[in-house]
Amino acid sequence: MNASTQSHAFDLSSSTVRELNSALHALKEGSNASLWRVTNPRGLHAIAAGVDAPVTVEVDGPVGYYCGGMNKHATIHIRGSAGVGVAQNMMSGFVHIEGDASQAAGATAHGGTLLIEGNAAARCGISMKGVDIIVKGSIGHMSAFMAQAGTLTVFGDAGEALGDSIYEARLYVRGSVKSLGSDCVEKEMRDEHKAQLFERFKTAGVDGQIDPGEFKRYGSARNLYHFHVDNAGAY
Amino acid sequence: MNEHVKNPNAAPRTLPRESATFDQHTLAEIRRAAATGIYDIRGAGAKRKLPHFDDLLMLGASISRYPLEGYREKCGTDVVLGTRFAKKPIELKIPITIAGMSFGSLSGPAKEALGRGASQMGTSTTTGDGGMTQEERGHSKTLVYQYLPSRYGMNPDDIRKADAIEVVVGQGAKPGGGGMLLGQKISPRVAKMRTLPEGIDQRSACRHPDWTGPDDLEIKIEELREITDWEKPIYVKVGASRPYYDTALAVKAGADVVVVDGMQGGTAATQEVFIEHVGIPTLACIRNAVKALQDLGMHRKVQLIVSGGIRNGADVAKALALGADAVAIGTAALVALGDNDPQWEDEYQKLGTHAGAYDDWHEGLDPAGITTQNAELMKRVDPVKAGRRLANYLSVMTLEAQTIARACGKSHVHNLEPEDLVALTIEAAAMAQVPLAGTNWIPGQTGSF
Repeated sequence: MNASTQSHAFDLSSSTVRELNSALHALKEGSNASLWRVTNPRGLHAIAAGVDAPVTVEVDGPVGYYCGGMNKHATIHIRGSAGVGVAQNMMSGFVHIEGDASQAAGATAHGGTLLIEGNAAARCGISMKGVDIIVKGSIGHMSAFMAQAGTLTVFGDAGEALGDSIYEARLYVRGSVKSLGSDCVEKEMRDEHKAQLFERFKTAGVDGQIDPGEFKRYGSARNLYHFHVDNAGAY
Repeated sequence: MNEHVKNPNAAPRTLPRESATFDQHTLAEIRRAAATGIYDIRGAGAKRKLPHFDDLLMLGASISRYPLEGYREKCGTDVVLGTRFAKKPIELKIPITIAGMSFGSLSGPAKEALGRGASQMGTSTTTGDGGMTQEERGHSKTLVYQYLPSRYGMNPDDIRKADAIEVVVGQGAKPGGGGMLLGQKISPRVAKMRTLPEGIDQRSACRHPDWTGPDDLEIKIEELREITDWEKPIYVKVGASRPYYDTALAVKAGADVVVVDGMQGGTAATQEVFIEHVGIPTLACIRNAVKALQDLGMHRKVQLIVSGGIRNGADVAKALALGADAVAIGTAALVALGDNDPQWEDEYQKLGTHAGAYDDWHEGLDPAGITTQNAELMKRVDPVKAGRRLANYLSVMTLEAQTIARACGKSHVHNLEPEDLVALTIEAAAMAQVPLAGTNWIPGQTGSF
């Protein structure tokens, strides 16, 4: 840590999420209050939601719904598991979860990186719009539903109906895929994709340990891009 | 001419008779379905005849209550929305707001015109699926930002620029339905805003991606409040189907304002069968929504906005008398801008329709330049003139509502009450829960007449 960086401690057993978020939202550009240590989160909701500053928030324990929601610029590190919709609609920044994530992790997120060390439940990356999601464990059913853009990298397995009604997002899965959703197909893994995957490995801290060739790529067959009655059975 | 008149010697015979069940419209739909294999998609709301505000009458003052002087005595029209939790409630000069309509569905000039007209009259406009445009934010003094299942164009910067947030659960034209914006309207700008390839059919989800049910909604609202530092009112909009329970659950989830949209409320594009057969009429949902608020002790604390087929000041007065705090207009606002105007009759004819019936808004060919992304067609909307027309129309509606309120002896339109109303039909009496005119009979509530 830079010597001039100020560290702030926030104990959520004696102060409120409102007070924490209010302080984080009040940060001005150029502020040196760049490290925030949050203790006793106890599954509380909306921790560090709506942050719009390049700060680091370290949360010591499990968080509830929507931690880091709509994040811009911030690095949010969760030493525990995360509830529904972690980093939902994130625009930029980095959200790192040491444990597992519940449903809809990274839902609709436009940018930034979401790194989950454990597993992610159903609908991981639903309607994602540009975020890079990396899951070191497995993901649940209906993940990347209507995924528009960005990448979802999964080191473990994927549940049923992966990438249903997917648009232009890229999905990389190392393990098994229980089933693919409508209009989602396996695609050729070319060098550009292996290079992209290698970048994700670096983010996850496993570059050099895993061969990108172990992954398969999935994306849109683009057959449902225009509604046609002959495709009605696919819905 | 009758055959007997032409030829008195002709034998009497049965005249050709069309079926009420299989009428010409029904027959044409069967033939169209058989030929194409696909259902009809169109814009607007329910077109069938429904019990509506025209089936109610206001009771003017008489000996038991006295009226206010039309040109002398004040009749207030202002409304404050979001007084429950928001630090910065919205203050409107008139109780008529502009409903959510997307950029993408509407052209940029049309959105600008809505903003200009509404702002001139001191009321709000609402974004739609696809995000916030500069045209609308720049010209709307008060702008409500819709939070929709698709989250197209959703970002925290725009949320902070908004004056209120409307969590859209559903809309009256299609409660339980998502949406589809056909490829013709996905211009480069629309595609960029929605992070989609150009020219593809764009689907809007029917459910939110990160919450399900009332308990989750409560947490979602808490998150939106946290992101906006508890400043902005949060609305919850539902399509009218179970208004009592939906209103109660929205209040429980922490809404500042509940918006209930009846089946006459318009859509940019949905299946005809959905529009005409799912949901309930506007008239049938107001009292139940108000009852939910009253049962929770929240009437006038959580504000109720009613929409779906509001056309004139009488409709406004009647909706408020039934307990709404404000109304929202969509289709009527588009007509004020120039939608379905007879001046484009020749072009409507070329599209196989006529002025007054045009509803293929999803095709992007609107001769009036409103429901299109075609650069040439949208030039037909002059945002300044169209905005002026909307302001005029809103002004007339307000004057009409005041006229009725004064006649009922009310110094504010919010003082109108159900006791000021009677119904012309048994159906309207039952739905609005007011007596059939000339009786004390409220079907389902009081004795027979």
